[in-house]
Amino acid sequence: MNLNLKIWRQKNSNDKGGMHSYQISDVSPDMSFLEMLDVLNQQLNDKGEEPIAFDHDCREGICGMCSLQINGEPHGPDRGVTTCQLHMRKFNDGDTIYIEPFRAKAFPVIKDLVVDRSAFDRIQHAGGFVSVNTSGNTQDANAIPIPKADADKAFDAATCIGCGACVASCKNASAMLYVSAKVSQFALLPQGKVEAKDRVLNMVKAMDEEGFGNCTNTGACEVECPKGISLENIARMNREYLSASLKK
Amino acid sequence: MALSAFFLMLFLLQHFAINMMSVVSPEMFNETSHFMGTNPMIQYLMQPILIFAVVFHFVMGFILEARNKAARNVKYAKYNGAANASWFSRNMLVSGLVVLAFLGLHFYDFWLPEVTTKFVEGDMTGLNAAGEFRYFEELQHKFVDGWRVAIYCVAFVLLAMHLMHGFNSAFQSTGIDGKMAAGRKKFGTAFAIIVPLGFVFIALFHFLTQTGH
Repeated sequence: MNLNLKIWRQKNSNDKGGMHSYQISDVSPDMSFLEMLDVLNQQLNDKGEEPIAFDHDCREGICGMCSLQINGEPHGPDRGVTTCQLHMRKFNDGDTIYIEPFRAKAFPVIKDLVVDRSAFDRIQHAGGFVSVNTSGNTQDANAIPIPKADADKAFDAATCIGCGACVASCKNASAMLYVSAKVSQFALLPQGKVEAKDRVLNMVKAMDEEGFGNCTNTGACEVECPKGISLENIARMNREYLSASLKK
Repeated sequence: MALSAFFLMLFLLQHFAINMMSVVSPEMFNETSHFMGTNPMIQYLMQPILIFAVVFHFVMGFILEARNKAARNVKYAKYNGAANASWFSRNMLVSGLVVLAFLGLHFYDFWLPEVTTKFVEGDMTGLNAAGEFRYFEELQHKFVDGWRVAIYCVAFVLLAMHLMHGFNSAFQSTGIDGKMAAGRKKFGTAFAIIVPLGFVFIALFHFLTQTGH
């Protein structure tokens, strides 16, 4: 496959940046998208040019490190996969592919396609945890009966890998799906209920302070989420938030 | 936004029910319109609440849009919004602005003359020169002009688009979910189609019956 690539290049966070065109030939349909970028970077290296910076780590779809807005969609045109699991057979010979960083005011570009997603970490620090007494007499979690349906929903919410595709896909750059998944994974379990009120209030406050947009329920986040996190979590978080605000 | 949306949807439903009376029974329409236009509870309590809800809904919509635009300070070179969300959900401001423009015309057509008659001229009788209720006659008079009818129809199609997303979005925003969600979504789609297209039917009915079709 021969492809025309339009890639965002930006030297650093202060640089204005812009789209640059690259040609790449003999791309195997069995390559992953990141492997295709590896080949392009090798070619740039060989020519003495600066390689393109992009995020990646496990390349197995579980770490949430890879990002990329590909042809206007986070993680590209395939569903339920991260960029590292996207294969070049999803594209056609001669295609022009736009590759950009995830765009949000709360996700500033560090370099080229690498963005700073530490806003998610700060939201998590605001309440995305269960305080545990580690004195040595902690109750065995398995001794607490939990309905299977609740356990399943909590587990589904906990599969969020925090990649930021929800923010990137949302026309408002809203982080509601991410935050609601982190709220839900605890809100559904007895261990999480003790701190539920403070958790949702603090995490939503932190989300707003980071400058993410507001949710208008378009559902784009759910469609683009590589882990299939459901919009039900946003409704649950809204319920938790309303309830906590009234009891405040 | 969601709370004002619930109130406005309820108002829309009762407005639709009253307007449908003009098709079924002009007498019933006249009597109901007179009751709505002269009942102190509706005039001095519900009407100000309605005006507040309309203004609040639009102002909050503009504020929300401005905040959301600011949350993405650099736009994508290519953004494929159609791949993951409906046109209705992505363009609530567009459909909302059309409905707002229509409301201006609607107030000019009905609300301003009504307020002038009742509160400037002090005529609370609801009667015309012949001593009969004037409401049905006034309604028909507005649907003689084909252009006005066309504008009404276009505005209600846009309102249908607005409701296609707005109905269920209001429930999602207030956290109302659970076992009834699937049925509610179907009801929301039916509401978004039937009520606005019902208004279109009423406008066309009066236009066609008066122009001899």
